[in-house]
Amino acid sequence: METFIHQVVAGIATGGVYASMALALVMIYQSTHHINFAQGELAMFATYMSWTLINAGVSYWLAFTCTILLAFALGVLIQRIIIRPVENAPVLNIVVVFIGLLVILNSIAGWVFTYTIKSFPSPFPKEPPFGLHFISSHELGSIGVTFVLLLLLFSFFKFTPLGLAMRAAAQNPDSSRLVGIRVGWMLALGWGLAAAIGSVAGMMIAPVVFLDPNMMSGILLYAFAAALVGGIDSPGGAVLGGFIVGILENILGAYVIGTELKLSVALVLIIVVLTIKPAGLFGKVIVSRV
Amino acid sequence: MSRTLLQVTDMHAGYGATEVLHGLTMTIEEGSITTLLGANGAGKTTTLRALSKMIKVRGQIQFDGKAIEGKSTEDIVRLGVAHVPDGRGTFGSLSTEENLQLGSYTRKDKQEAALDQEKMYTYFPRLKERRQQQAGTLSGGEQQMLAIARALMLRPRLLLLDEPSFGLAPLIVREIFDIMRTINQVDKVTILLVEQNAAMALDLAKYAYLLETGKLVLSGLAEDLKKDEAVRRSYLGH
Repeated sequence: METFIHQVVAGIATGGVYASMALALVMIYQSTHHINFAQGELAMFATYMSWTLINAGVSYWLAFTCTILLAFALGVLIQRIIIRPVENAPVLNIVVVFIGLLVILNSIAGWVFTYTIKSFPSPFPKEPPFGLHFISSHELGSIGVTFVLLLLLFSFFKFTPLGLAMRAAAQNPDSSRLVGIRVGWMLALGWGLAAAIGSVAGMMIAPVVFLDPNMMSGILLYAFAAALVGGIDSPGGAVLGGFIVGILENILGAYVIGTELKLSVALVLIIVVLTIKPAGLFGKVIVSRV
Repeated sequence: MSRTLLQVTDMHAGYGATEVLHGLTMTIEEGSITTLLGANGAGKTTTLRALSKMIKVRGQIQFDGKAIEGKSTEDIVRLGVAHVPDGRGTFGSLSTEENLQLGSYTRKDKQEAALDQEKMYTYFPRLKERRQQQAGTLSGGEQQMLAIARALMLRPRLLLLDEPSFGLAPLIVREIFDIMRTINQVDKVTILLVEQNAAMALDLAKYAYLLETGKLVLSGLAEDLKKDEAVRRSYLGH
């Protein structure tokens, strides 16, 4: 029983990471209807920045904060410099740009930091918390960090004028311009936020999967599954989807298919959702007359 | 003759390679209601879109004596031009209240804006009942009211209205026209109104322009246009 509880709790912890990544995907999808395939590599790159800072002697939480800000800036810059010129291009061109971005970020990380796997520190103690056996401190801490992140994002979008403007720009760019919202900057801000969220996810998962330039590829696949399960246009759905995928992955991996085949859970989920309920659990079903 | 708020000279505009407006010249007097009439495809909506720089424009546009060349839609809003587009352009998945808040997005005086929001609820009591409801679930008339209220939240100097009566019941149309008169007289908002309902528009407006296939064919005082034989036959139906 205890191992089962531990599998569920560990699933919630990694699920939080999937939820964050899925949320980052959904944020960009909602405003541009593009899936950012480079989302994972952005997170990986940010995690390397944090690793560099920590190795240079910066304390963990300061490095954590700096990384979030750097990732935000990187996201904004990429949108302004690379994505904006192709904004109105056909969707395939944009997909190619995203994949190019993925490969470039991956290669730069490999070139600068080498492909050797590195360990990444956890800010949380080694001993289990409060003498509990079914959860590690890092798992608990990671869950906490995810919830704080989600709460902050929710408050930002719900209660601040800027958050409202970003939601408006995502929903109706033309009308947003007519009330004076600078839609182009809202998109850049969205990229910045998505990259910042991804950086937190990267730093939370790196102590578990270890740091290397390919560390996010599996995570991104789970995030895709999470976003699709919840509904690609529903931020709340994506978050819930993340936790569902995290728990499912762990339980199926431990009891049904074994750890080697764990990643196929994501693939199966994606296929099942797309065939049975393409809009996901909370997505909007779009019906159009012809 | 009071002062000119908007002066348009030889304005050309269109979509892609197709030009819709072929050299429009018109003057909007500050504090007045001006209506722009014409059949479908005459270029009425295009004129409003051109004024808000939602489409490419050639020619001179002077707002309050200053050329607005090179300005974006977002900048035009900051000059005090509010545009209620055709199809209303409300934010369907946001609440009524959030829609109104977005109307005052560019304003710095947030407390004043909050008071204006209450004022909108006195102009349109039905919006108050629906303040937490998603705008997409409102009726057509309510959405039009919301679109106008959102535009007014800017405290505009010039309000561009694109067919506010479109698809609405006569009773609601009258209500909306009454509100337009009020905001013009009480709040001193200059209005440029595009309308299919020529009879009501000519009753409300002081000046009128008549467009045909992208060209101006008649202009003058609304009451004079009302008496014009050609206008009567083509647009008033008698």
